[in-house]
Amino acid sequence: MIAAHFPILQVVVPLMAAPFVVLFRNGTVAWFISFAVSWFALAISVALLGQVMDAGEISYAIGDWAPPWGIEYRVDKINAFVLLIVSAIAAIVATFARASVEKEIPEDKQVLFYSAFLLCLTGLLGITITGDAFNIFVFLEISSLSSYALIAMGRDRRALTAAFQYLVMGTIGATFILIGIGLIYMMTGTLNIADMAVRIEAVSTSPTTVAAAAFIFVGVGLKLALFPLHLWLPNAYTFAPSMVSAFLAATATKVSVYVMLRFMFTVFGKFFTFEFLPESPILIFLASLAILTASTVAIFQNNLKRMLAYSSVAQIGYMVFGIAMVNVSGLTAGILHLFNHALMKGGLFMALGCIAYRLGATSIEQVAGAGRRMPLTMFAFVIGGLSLIGVPLTAGFVSKWYLLLGAMEKGWWPAAVIVLVGSLLAVVYVWRVVEAAYFRPSPDGATTVEEAPLSMLIPTWVLIGANVYFGIHTDLSVSVAKQAAVQLLGLAP
Amino acid sequence: MTAFLEHYNYWIAIFLMMAGFYTVVARGNLVKKIVGLNIFQASVFLLYISMGKVEGGTAPILSGKPEVFSNPLPHVLILTAIVVGVATTALGLSFIVRINESYGTTEEDEIQHMDDEP
Repeated sequence: MIAAHFPILQVVVPLMAAPFVVLFRNGTVAWFISFAVSWFALAISVALLGQVMDAGEISYAIGDWAPPWGIEYRVDKINAFVLLIVSAIAAIVATFARASVEKEIPEDKQVLFYSAFLLCLTGLLGITITGDAFNIFVFLEISSLSSYALIAMGRDRRALTAAFQYLVMGTIGATFILIGIGLIYMMTGTLNIADMAVRIEAVSTSPTTVAAAAFIFVGVGLKLALFPLHLWLPNAYTFAPSMVSAFLAATATKVSVYVMLRFMFTVFGKFFTFEFLPESPILIFLASLAILTASTVAIFQNNLKRMLAYSSVAQIGYMVFGIAMVNVSGLTAGILHLFNHALMKGGLFMALGCIAYRLGATSIEQVAGAGRRMPLTMFAFVIGGLSLIGVPLTAGFVSKWYLLLGAMEKGWWPAAVIVLVGSLLAVVYVWRVVEAAYFRPSPDGATTVEEAPLSMLIPTWVLIGANVYFGIHTDLSVSVAKQAAVQLLGLAP
Repeated sequence: MTAFLEHYNYWIAIFLMMAGFYTVVARGNLVKKIVGLNIFQASVFLLYISMGKVEGGTAPILSGKPEVFSNPLPHVLILTAIVVGVATTALGLSFIVRINESYGTTEEDEIQHMDDEP
């Protein structure tokens, strides 16, 4: 009986928990509630994915108002997969958060910090699960506003300017999405995504629809940090508290990629997006630039968090690259990379969180000699780095493999070269860290082993271990991603 | 020309949109940026509200008589968007207060200069 209400519980439980947490005025209680709620959300999303894989799409009418008049939550293969990514990362990061937040956030702010974290989780889950276009905007703003607040809690004063810059660019992006949704509403008279998809065909050659598509793709492009709209991302991830960097890097941009997929394939349809509009060459061009320039810039960064942030911009390039191929292998690679990149970046940022906890900073000078002082953390970083490069037996290899397959099917040899050059650049920036950590003496000559607390190490290793697990046992992640790709392309399964 | 005049509501929205957007991009003062952002958002509110207007329509209150109503849905949507706009402004201004406390200025180029120094 309760299973029928899973879609709404997925969003409402974290939403209710956010103000509830504030009532206690105690950091430990607030952490425990966030921890419990995140794991509960994960349990629900696992159950939802199971239901969808067995029985097909779930449509949930909120308050029993039948769609398209009422708001509908609709779960299909692609968003059930994204829900799983978001809630799994949230659960692991919430476990990790306790020690990290204790060290980095002043005690009187911790309760509000967890409250903002829960709101951000609500927003991300809401964007993913909803079947209503205007709801996407509202949840997008819930998650964005709370993530601006989370980023501003970084210790460095530059966190404030980074959060402000993100606020300005994020609001412009969200307002563009709002304009786009308004224009579609003007043409179709509906806000329900499934209904929109049917009605938009009749008006798909109208200039208003084209303008709507342009506004939405630019707006979402800002949110997902598509090159050259990525300017807010490096500073935001660099100066945010460690736990926030890990959470946002692994989830926020992924959800934006999902929104882009949803509008491209479900609302506008692949013929409008890729044949009527020249989206494919534009996206390929921007994604290639993202992969090459952001990976190159990452090599010259002294702060490791900033290095990983630029690497994120490049990795988003890979996802967009796969999507722009508009074939099953390419799209599978894009969706699979959502999952795999969440695993690797989550793990890497958490490893940096451990380093920041013990060594105080994450610059390359600070990390020198850390291979001997924090062997487990640095080893986790190395494995995460290998996955980032795409070495066989790690998750990163699987998504790059499908990306290359997609490029081969299209006969795009230059695309395959760009993917390989991107991987080589990743080798360079990961090697810089390995070289500093293992082959250089630590700055103050200390050699004693000082590992991060177990409550931080275990979650880090769970994600890093998942990189290896999903690099070897590819059935689960690949089959879900492939089915989602087939569903988006509208092919018979 | 008549087509231009008939759609004057959209021209107003576009003018405000561009004015706000220009302010966000061109002004160095953080408070002015937030004001520009507000104008930018307000233009979208106007776009939505004016699109719901039906010629000769009244407010959608059920009176029993057959009447033409304006579409109330865009108005309701914008009510939500206004709340979002207020929250964004409040958050942006509170960042500016804290930036002013720790940098002693709200000018973007001066902040940039102070960040580059250390």
